[in-house]
Amino acid sequence: MLRERIQASNYSFLDKLRSIDYLLILLIIAIGSISVFAIYSTEGGKFSFYTKNHIIRLSVFFSLFLVLSFVRVSTWYKNAYLFYFVGLVLLITVLFFGISASGATRWINLYFLNLQPSELMKIAVIICFARYYHRIQSSDIQSYKFLIQPIILLIIPCYLVIQQPDLGTSILIAGSGIAIIWLAGLNIKYFVYSGLLLLVSLPFVISILKPYQKSRILTFFNPDRDPLGAGYQIIQSKIAIGSGGFFGKGYLKGTQSYLEFLPEKHTDFIFTLFSEEFGFLGSIILLLLYILLIYRIINVGLVSRSFFAKLYCFGFATAIFLYVFVNIAMVLGMLPIVGAPLPIMSYGGSSLLSIMLGLSIVMSCKIYNQEQISVY
Amino acid sequence: MLNRGRNIEKGRVITRRMFILAAAKVLLFAGISSRLYNLQISDREKYEILSDKNRIREWKTPPQRGIIVDNFNKVLASNDRVFQLHLILDEINDFDLTVFKIKNLIGLDKFQLKKLYKKKERLKPWDTLVVSDNLTWEQFSKINLYLHELEGAKPVLSTSRFYPYANDLVHIVGYVGDASPKDLEKPEIKENFVPGLKVGKYGIENSQEKMLIGNYGIKRYEVNASGKRISQIDYIKEKQGNKVNLTIDIEIQKYSQELLKGKAGSICAMDIYTGEIVAMASSPTYDPNKFTHGINQKDWQEIRNNPLKPLINKSIAGLYSPGSTFKPLVALAALEYGILDPNKTIRCKGHKHPYELYGVKYHCWKKEGHGYMRLRNAIKQSCDIYFYEMARLLGVDKLSIIAKRYGLGTNVLGDLYKDEKNGLVPDTKWKRRALEQSWYLGETVINGIGQGYIQTTPLQLCLMTAQIANGGYKIKPHIIKDDSINYKNVINKIKLDQSNFPLHERNYLDDINVEYYQRMYHKKSNINFVLDAMFGSTNEQYGTSYKSRYDDLKYQFAGKTGTSQVRRITDLDRELDLDTEQIEYKKRDHALYIAFAPYKDPRYAISVIIEHGGSGSKAAAPLASKLIKRIIDRHKLREQFNNGNTSLA
Repeated sequence: MLRERIQASNYSFLDKLRSIDYLLILLIIAIGSISVFAIYSTEGGKFSFYTKNHIIRLSVFFSLFLVLSFVRVSTWYKNAYLFYFVGLVLLITVLFFGISASGATRWINLYFLNLQPSELMKIAVIICFARYYHRIQSSDIQSYKFLIQPIILLIIPCYLVIQQPDLGTSILIAGSGIAIIWLAGLNIKYFVYSGLLLLVSLPFVISILKPYQKSRILTFFNPDRDPLGAGYQIIQSKIAIGSGGFFGKGYLKGTQSYLEFLPEKHTDFIFTLFSEEFGFLGSIILLLLYILLIYRIINVGLVSRSFFAKLYCFGFATAIFLYVFVNIAMVLGMLPIVGAPLPIMSYGGSSLLSIMLGLSIVMSCKIYNQEQISVY
Repeated sequence: MLNRGRNIEKGRVITRRMFILAAAKVLLFAGISSRLYNLQISDREKYEILSDKNRIREWKTPPQRGIIVDNFNKVLASNDRVFQLHLILDEINDFDLTVFKIKNLIGLDKFQLKKLYKKKERLKPWDTLVVSDNLTWEQFSKINLYLHELEGAKPVLSTSRFYPYANDLVHIVGYVGDASPKDLEKPEIKENFVPGLKVGKYGIENSQEKMLIGNYGIKRYEVNASGKRISQIDYIKEKQGNKVNLTIDIEIQKYSQELLKGKAGSICAMDIYTGEIVAMASSPTYDPNKFTHGINQKDWQEIRNNPLKPLINKSIAGLYSPGSTFKPLVALAALEYGILDPNKTIRCKGHKHPYELYGVKYHCWKKEGHGYMRLRNAIKQSCDIYFYEMARLLGVDKLSIIAKRYGLGTNVLGDLYKDEKNGLVPDTKWKRRALEQSWYLGETVINGIGQGYIQTTPLQLCLMTAQIANGGYKIKPHIIKDDSINYKNVINKIKLDQSNFPLHERNYLDDINVEYYQRMYHKKSNINFVLDAMFGSTNEQYGTSYKSRYDDLKYQFAGKTGTSQVRRITDLDRELDLDTEQIEYKKRDHALYIAFAPYKDPRYAISVIIEHGGSGSKAAAPLASKLIKRIIDRHKLREQFNNGNTSLA
């Protein structure tokens, strides 16, 4: 008890520095550097717009990450609902004042950055749910009273994001929320039942999907259905990855991306480009880096004392896993193209910001891992 | 403490569930890895091919057509640079839109648009549609400027045929045009075809396609997703077709056409030893350059509706009764078969007392009659009566054997020209087979003066003349140079044979070692007799072409006139005795002339035919005379050039 009190209240700066997870920082730097090279390659080996922007964003958000890492984890806990609320307000703002691009309204113009609130919402949901389940007794978890609130908290942002429309992000938000409910210990039968329910309602869900979303799903099942239309991306992506072989075509030599056969190569399809140029070997190494990153985040959760930190870290690790999995599975043709960026690698400010924000909370959990957070 | 216990329990749950999740993550990551393995290692080859197919696109580049040159290497058919616009049909989503844009850019009219759609209908969806094969530079640069907006459009730099001597050669060289489905069945065209390529439609262009067409090239480009060429990877250069070397002397050819200007007819000139055709003119003529990019309706109608029939190559596809030009051969046949003593005298008594056979009267062309005639005089003055009697004695079957031997009745140039006619040398068998009738003696009689069933082409008459003039040796006429034969040697051997046979038993022709060089006569004196009679016909008073003679030994020639009737001459016609100009054009006689020159040591044979020209002596012989001078003037040059060439080879 004594140790707790001391460590919880008074950390010296040296202690804080000592408890930083340097491996995690190294991983972030490693993936960040790879991403710079990949984005540089998307521009055909020219140091121009995307590369410059990406470097600037990486450095700014990385600095932000370092600074925010020193925010006490209890501060994050206290402001968790506020975070969620701000995210929600921003999502509603998008509904009215959002700016559109290629048929979707997802962004708010902040002058220095086009913010995509749905990306922030990914983190907000995790932190909000972590706080929610932090204070709930394990005996209460199974009761409907305590289940109904998180479901509502999850449905509102998911619905708003679907309206943008952005099915991918919506699924990812839902996924991370459900992951935390799972972690908190909700009986497995609920998951089984709702899974069955989803399966049964699938035809209905498909019927309310936008035509382009439907076509993407149909295309996923048969990419050759429309090789120059909806199936084009999957086919070209598979060609690029497959033709990379074991060692890849070499840096800056990916013909598929260099000759512009690849769509959205600096955002959703960045892995395709990387895989084409660095082959199976490079892809597995990148995958390992992500696995290590997830492992380190889980590790922070394991050494944290508070449920909030544990839930947050495990939840965030699952979210990162989901982002990586969905993105790579998508470009490999294992999942429909839903529009999900690859964390850190993909070009895009909001996604990078939210990942860095999320990581800084993880780091804060690590630095203040002995901090006990009172239930009230 | 209860709280603490619960908390411990809650912590355990969270951790346990985390591990379950982690296990799921590991599984899913394993799934991704195996998928990567599948794509990048198991199926690598498949995707590599797909990737190359994506990025590499091939363009066939059209080969340049081989050029055609004359005996002196003067270019008769060359290649010009042209700008073309092609549409790759399977790259087009909205054909109407693309055509609309192109229409606005290069200004197609309604008629052209209709034609374009018609053309498209005939094509397969993966074919190339040639929108225009002859754009102006302005149109071409416009297309290039807006190329990114024109899906499937492909500007092509190509070459097109150009005939510098246009009208003068069309019947020999022919012309090119778009390949028809039938053309594409020919293997040499099928193998080397590139959209927009022109193929030979007639003449040398058509029959020598294999030589001329060449091989297409391939340019491989790396292209980006929108089809833009990024870089050239590979270029297999196209190969120009081979040169075709003709035996024609374009100067003589041009002059022949000039002589025929305004008339319908033909002039052929041939080397009597080598068989090289020096000129083969047909009139009227037309411009082959008009066909290269598709002839327009007006020009086509003009050519088609011309009553003088420019499309017919009269030298080989025009059939004429040889008329009196046949007489030297009839005489030769009679002598060879020993039917008649050349000193036999027959009296030609004029129209009042014509030749009569079974009650049918056969008139000589000369109203007053020739009087007493011997064979030499009969040839010289072209007395019909003498030949009626001689033909009667000879019989049509023997005559036909000799006529066929000397080149009549079969086509001369083989399959070089698809429209060349065989002509007809009648005999009794032929008549029974073709007309299912027996032969009448009267028909033999008129056959003796080259009338009746007999039909010859001007080139056949030229060959006949050549083979008599060279002393009765078989030659093979050709229009494409044959470098495999040493003609200097051939000429020497034939001349040796001429002067020594039959003094020596030796056959000098065996030394030539070319199968078609053969003696065709029995007695050399018979050939010499005929040649001498033809000399008389041109160079002695009362000869039918006396007016066209040259006294200069260098140009002195021997010939035979001919006037071929196009219809039966009635008694009324004989009474009227109209001048040629007074008769309706269609009913006028064809004027013919055959000749060889120079008389001493002959080298060239020529035949001239003027359709509906009237009499051979007035209409044809003067042209022949002019031409002979030109040919002999150019002989030395030709000899030097050809010998220079052979020594080089």
